[in-house]
Amino acid sequence: MALSTEESGRLAALLSGQDERVTTRWTEIVTSSLRGRLSQAELRRQVQDLHRAIVSTGEQGIIDLSADSAAELRAALSELSRGRARQGFSATETTVSIFALKDVLAELVQENGGPNALPDYVAFSKLVDEMGLFTFESFVRTRESLIADQAEQLLELSTPVVKLWEGVVAVPLVGTLDSARAQVVMERLLQTLVDTSSPYAIIDITGVPAVDTQVAQHILKTVVAARLMGADCIISGIRPQIAQTIVALGIEFGDIATKASLADALRHVLRLNGVETARRQPRRDA
Amino acid sequence: MTAGIDLGQPQAQSVRSDEDVVRVRQLVRAVAVASKLSLVDQTKVVTAASELARNTLVYGGGGSVEVTVVDNGRRKGVQIVFADSGPGIADLDLAMTDGYTSGGGLGLGLSGSRRLVDEFQIETSAETGTRITVTKWSR
Repeated sequence: MALSTEESGRLAALLSGQDERVTTRWTEIVTSSLRGRLSQAELRRQVQDLHRAIVSTGEQGIIDLSADSAAELRAALSELSRGRARQGFSATETTVSIFALKDVLAELVQENGGPNALPDYVAFSKLVDEMGLFTFESFVRTRESLIADQAEQLLELSTPVVKLWEGVVAVPLVGTLDSARAQVVMERLLQTLVDTSSPYAIIDITGVPAVDTQVAQHILKTVVAARLMGADCIISGIRPQIAQTIVALGIEFGDIATKASLADALRHVLRLNGVETARRQPRRDA
Repeated sequence: MTAGIDLGQPQAQSVRSDEDVVRVRQLVRAVAVASKLSLVDQTKVVTAASELARNTLVYGGGGSVEVTVVDNGRRKGVQIVFADSGPGIADLDLAMTDGYTSGGGLGLGLSGSRRLVDEFQIETSAETGTRITVTKWSR
């Protein structure tokens, strides 16, 4: 849906003829819909950028949003939607900045009149719709990239490998253990085993809500990999309901040591190392 | 979690990606909690749902899951239907054998799920795909 050369020229002339009035009116309409969440000056600057982009594209000839000549216009639109998406505005609040132009154009076309008024307005209106959709698309793209970034950060956050004791590292697993996370856990654990030259690793699954065959398989693979590197793995945090589910499913952990709690697992490892833990008699001074 | 779930209506969830398997799990857990299943039974039915939903995704090429609260007059329960229009299961007896897998898993998903629930029905054909219905009753 491109505007013809004549239509583009008329649009550019219409907008640039009264540029001060156009941008002021445009800013007013947008401001009222955003209820003061962006400063008037900033909105005005954005509107002026868009205005300039449309006029300069129109003066060059055909306005076709997908053509090379509209690169500047596209850049202005994406910059606007990127900014709004990052500032937490909704899709409506973002596209309204574009659709407000329709109101401005309606006023201008009505004043100018002429035989071309209606077809012109319909054509301009289509262009504005297209610009609105483009803005919406880039808004969604920005949001999606934000979500992807956050998912990645979550992946990093949720898989720490901690040192519990000299020669003992632990991985507290929390949440869903899918293939991507299992891979991260395995890499981190194996690397930490090398870095700290620890002979023992404890995998704690207290925070894993359901252990199905896929989760079990990931854990088993991690244990086997750790064993190949000479480290012993203990699985801890097996709650009663998880134990019963594992039995019913028929998963076998073989000769891998499993414990109900992380404390039990640590005690088990310490005992294997010949460290005795004893409770000291509380002192009774009184 | 249970807020916003209308237990009178079946809850549907399509299964197209790994994230959908997680959604199925959350949905089944919410319905199981609302049907007053014990913690052990909740965990069992959620695990079974996770296995079967993953089978729907991996072997059936995606499909849909429907979770319903059922009542037989004496007890309440959770009924889950997994449907796909995949290639079906060629040898059902073999597929239900512990340790058999055509994919690379542990080979316990299908047989293990049957042990995790109270009722287990499976209909499969190359033309209509696979439809598995499982029910877990409260005690």
